Amino acid sequence: MKRKLALLVMLGGLAALFSGCTTVQPWERATLADYTMRPDRDPLHNTMFEHIYFSREASSGGRGVGGSGCGCN
Amino acid sequence: MSLPTKKLIGGLAFALALAASAFAEVKVGQPFPNLADYGLEGTLPAREGQVVLVDFWATWCGPCKASFPAYSELQKELSGRGFVLLAVSVDKTSGPYQEFVKHFSPAFSTARDGAQKLVGDVKVPAMPTSYLIDRKGVLRSVHSGFHGAETVRALREEIIRLLEEKS
Repeated sequence: MKRKLALLVMLGGLAALFSGCTTVQPWERATLADYTMRPDRDPLHNTMFEHIYFSREASSGGRGVGGSGCGCN
Repeated sequence: MSLPTKKLIGGLAFALALAASAFAEVKVGQPFPNLADYGLEGTLPAREGQVVLVDFWATWCGPCKASFPAYSELQKELSGRGFVLLAVSVDKTSGPYQEFVKHFSPAFSTARDGAQKLVGDVKVPAMPTSYLIDRKGVLRSVHSGFHGAETVRALREEIIRLLEEKS
């Protein structure tokens, strides 16, 4: 019984340690901060998207601020 | 306790220790890692007996750009009193780093941690983050992010307090 419990605990611990999830550290965000990662980098696409959005949702504005993914500050 | 169970528990303890070490970071009151051990690109300033501010930054980080002129002023103001500022870039490639330094021509020393070994050991919580180290090499405070005049004022007060401490 004890052995099974120890095995279960160990397997659980290893699963938690070696799972596929990972955190991108603050110093590893160079790619995320790249200009090409900006959702608003193409003004024409942005305008069209906004138009579709407010037509569909019957609302305009309030879309938040632009920015890339550097997560600084 | 049977031998396999002991081995299992030993293995689990090792895995947990490994996980704990992965989350270790430099804490206030602890000695700051020796920068000379990390093979940083650039010339490190003399730090013996000085109050040192180590600032981690990157060329892709907006607030870091804003911090450079302010930190230059801080270095110019306090350099004669035993204060040294070292800005450590975490950029993996040298080109953008060299361009950035050339563009801003900072009044302080810069270096590059291309392997991201130092920053990984220190585990900075955000970009930029600065670490204030006293004359004995002990970490005294950590400033996460750069919030303009507010950050500069807080840093200036702490640096002056450390400069006035007897070594």
